[in-house]
Amino acid sequence: MQLIPCPWCGPREEAEFHYGGQAHVPYPDDPAALSDEEWAHYVFFRDNTKGRFAERWNHNAGCRRWFNAVRDTTTYRFESVYRLDHPKPVTP
Amino acid sequence: MSTPFRTPAGGRIDRATTLQFTFDGLGFTGHPGDTLASALLAAGRHQVATSIKLGRPRGIAAAWAEDPGGLVQVEEPFPEPMLLASTVELFDGLVAHGLPGQGRLADVPDSARYDAVHHHVDVLVVGAGPAGLTAALTAARAGARVALVDEQSEAGGSLLSGTDRIDGVPALEWVSNAVAELARHPEVLHLQRTTAFGVYDDGFALALERRTDHLGAAAPKEVSRQRVWRLRARSIVTATGAHERPVVFADNDRPGTMLAGAARTFLHRYGVLPGREAVVFTTNDSAYDAALDLHRAGVRVQAVVEARPEAPPHRREECERAGIRVLPGAVVTGTQGVERVTHALVAPFSDGQVGTSSAVACDVLLVSGGWNPAVHLFSQARGRLRYDEGLGAFVPGEEVDGLSVAGSAAGVLDLAGCLADGQRVARETLSALAIDPAADDRLPSAPEPVAPTAPLVLWRVPDTSGAEGATQFVDLQRDATVADIARAVGAGLRSIEHVKRYTTIGTAHDQGKTSGVLTSGITAELLGVPVRDTGTTTFRPPYTPVAFAALAGRDRGSLFDPERVTALHQWHVAAGAVFEDVGQWKRPRYYPEPGEDMEAAVLRECAAARTGVGILDGSTLGKIDVQGPDAAVLLDRLYTNLISSLKVGSVRYGVMCGVDGMVIDDGTVLRLAEDRFLVLTTTGGAAKILDWMEEWVQTEWPDLRVHCTSVTEQWVTFPVVGPRSRDVVGALFPDVNVSNEAFPFMTWRDTSLEGVPVRLARISFSGELAFEVYVSPWYAVAVWQRLLEAGRPYGITPYGTETMHVLRAEKGYPIIGQDTDGTVTPHDLGMAWAVSKKKPDFVGKRSFARQANQDPRRKQLVGLLPVDRQTVLPEGSQIVEFLADGELPPPPVPMLGHVTSSYRSAELARPFALALVKGGRERIGDTVHVPVNGTLVPVEVTGSVLVDPEGARRDG
Repeated sequence: MQLIPCPWCGPREEAEFHYGGQAHVPYPDDPAALSDEEWAHYVFFRDNTKGRFAERWNHNAGCRRWFNAVRDTTTYRFESVYRLDHPKPVTP
Repeated sequence: MSTPFRTPAGGRIDRATTLQFTFDGLGFTGHPGDTLASALLAAGRHQVATSIKLGRPRGIAAAWAEDPGGLVQVEEPFPEPMLLASTVELFDGLVAHGLPGQGRLADVPDSARYDAVHHHVDVLVVGAGPAGLTAALTAARAGARVALVDEQSEAGGSLLSGTDRIDGVPALEWVSNAVAELARHPEVLHLQRTTAFGVYDDGFALALERRTDHLGAAAPKEVSRQRVWRLRARSIVTATGAHERPVVFADNDRPGTMLAGAARTFLHRYGVLPGREAVVFTTNDSAYDAALDLHRAGVRVQAVVEARPEAPPHRREECERAGIRVLPGAVVTGTQGVERVTHALVAPFSDGQVGTSSAVACDVLLVSGGWNPAVHLFSQARGRLRYDEGLGAFVPGEEVDGLSVAGSAAGVLDLAGCLADGQRVARETLSALAIDPAADDRLPSAPEPVAPTAPLVLWRVPDTSGAEGATQFVDLQRDATVADIARAVGAGLRSIEHVKRYTTIGTAHDQGKTSGVLTSGITAELLGVPVRDTGTTTFRPPYTPVAFAALAGRDRGSLFDPERVTALHQWHVAAGAVFEDVGQWKRPRYYPEPGEDMEAAVLRECAAARTGVGILDGSTLGKIDVQGPDAAVLLDRLYTNLISSLKVGSVRYGVMCGVDGMVIDDGTVLRLAEDRFLVLTTTGGAAKILDWMEEWVQTEWPDLRVHCTSVTEQWVTFPVVGPRSRDVVGALFPDVNVSNEAFPFMTWRDTSLEGVPVRLARISFSGELAFEVYVSPWYAVAVWQRLLEAGRPYGITPYGTETMHVLRAEKGYPIIGQDTDGTVTPHDLGMAWAVSKKKPDFVGKRSFARQANQDPRRKQLVGLLPVDRQTVLPEGSQIVEFLADGELPPPPVPMLGHVTSSYRSAELARPFALALVKGGRERIGDTVHVPVNGTLVPVEVTGSVLVDPEGARRDG
């Protein structure tokens, strides 16, 4: 049972969280202006990164807040968590 | 039965008390402190079972969980399979029998209670042997919060099996002082009979405490039988000891063959002699203690068969003084006997070559091939193992964050070394946690050991029996032999993981505690590669078997998943409702009258709602209060239709889609104020839709000034449905003008009933004139009963979810999740009218324009009427069509779609169905076919609205 550091609540057990997929995929400003293919990339296409990956998480059974995290998909370790209104941390 | 093998004195048993038990139908006696194994051995019984495949006699081969032989089933006080005689503590009235590898589950429910406790500590110490106790003392003295868990009935570990001295007193006196000191530290949790069976991420460990198993029928009912400790530790110290490793030789499974260390345990801890005449076969120094202790206890030690060319000098001298014959450069090649060893076959051994065997009479053959550190928890924590050539075993090969290994689990095999290692590891752990060790933390002293002589790493004795390893057992529980490993290697398997799966070695009850390292060694030998190259198989939790009942704990039956009931639940029960599960909710499905089945009850309930008046408990509908200046903006972005134009006091039906344009939920929206809406969701969608709203508000539109909160349980909802509903509601709420002009369809009004606030809404999920009555759950029963009283003149009829479904299906109202499956757009449902063309964007809009969503062959919701006016089509049935010639197309027959809802209709006087059908709306009027029980039933495709398509009824 991994601990996930919620930026609002501190470390909590992973069962309290929901995964929200890749982070920094904003809703397009003007969907009507996009081609079917461009729109399909927003709706269906996500990266499948091995290693550091910026993700969205929701502390569903706690404060119910969404936040972003950089997690290593090979070790499952969370390298950093950050608020949605903060930029993706620069990691070495 | 007498106990001729019980020593006259000694052991950790209470000789003043005698316990009666039954094994294989025979009566035996023992004492508190015995295990089933020690009590059987006291009576001279070694064999407890036969083997799983070959039916060979098997006996007690070890004194604890590593025993591969003594598998038993307990029958009384409660049936439990697959236990080890060596780990079952004896109690009065125990009834057990031996198991040929497979047990029998109880066929009655387990009435015992199981529970779980969460506990957080600085340091978790696993194992209360010399290293673990020293580590726990060091941590406790430093003021750390400590948990010490140990699987035995009392602390001491290996000290329980020997005659060591610590600090100049008998070791067990030191142990009891240590335990007493730990008990004085308020921040120390010390649990015996508690097995740490799994180590997981971030210092999380699971331990099983057996709280009342050892009490048998005397176990108090109010105490949980077993408890799972969910331990979260900043740091873990595993001091889990070592398992003795056997040596493989022919017929090494014969009862009476036992690990040498186990014999010492039975002698010192339980006061039991394993036999009268012993042969000791060893590759290392440790077995000499067994030989000498047994000799002192009166056992005739026929010979110490020493596989090394020379016996260690001081051991040889001790044996000489005792008159024990030592045979250096010799091995045991096999055994004789039937159900018990009668002779060991002993042969000279040098440079890997075995000479001619001669038989040495014995009734017990003690074996030691060295020691395997119990690295299970370290390995579970993803610690890499290293093969130690000197030990012939795998030891921790790296540092692991938050977990350290101390004592013999780390390969330290002498007492003084284990004590020092325990303290050293605890101090390092404290240092990492920034806790200073106590000034008075003193290292206990033990005699310096005589420098050990290097053990000989010997996995198996060359087979001189002619059986080519077929009776050289590696995994006794699986009846797997050296011949099986040779077959695996011969078949080309190289990976130890493949060998394990091919031979099944290590997959039984004991998970390879004695066989795992042997298999690595023998496989390496057969492949001609170093053992470090074959490695070992992966250690996974649990370390020892854990009953599912313990893992389930209190989460059984009605506590497995929360059961949600409405405020009217007791009324429904009293009214004889038949319930169905809708998500976590218990909802009345129908209310049968005497003699009615579901079909009859539903036809009656439907007729009441269509011709008189019915009433439903609709309280489970999801309700979300959306508040804030931007509430209307949010709902405009999430619903397909326009919400912001809704007037205060009015209601609108809305559909929500995902970004892919597929319907995810539907329901009505009440505008309570300019900045406040009550959003109604489906029963099953309530939590999901609140999450959905939160996700958009937080992640995409944090600038919106809006808050969403669930109020599902703050309101009960009673739809009063049918042509007479206006009479009922008008009679109960005389302050409300219920005329169609004053209170039109899709509006709501607030009123009160004797001071209790009530909200009424003209919403219909049946097509009939209907009023939904909302009130606080505190007044649910009273208001419901008032409605029933007001409706009595009109024959008001409570109805359940089944009737609700029929009524809505007759009107073509889809249930999201039943008539849809995540691939259905509002257009597919015939709800283009609910999709705004005015709004520039909303979630899902862009996807409607995708080419795939324009395809006229998409599946669309239609009605189906079986032509025979009899058949109720099973929901989920496939739909097919005939070719022009009236025949089915050749297989595979193309499927046009499937039946999503199907009922018998009182109103239509025939069965009907809803279905998703390719190009369905184009097919209206066509006849297609539905296979039902092997027959093709012709059905007419119709529009989805079968009752009152003009909508004439909704206003009464």
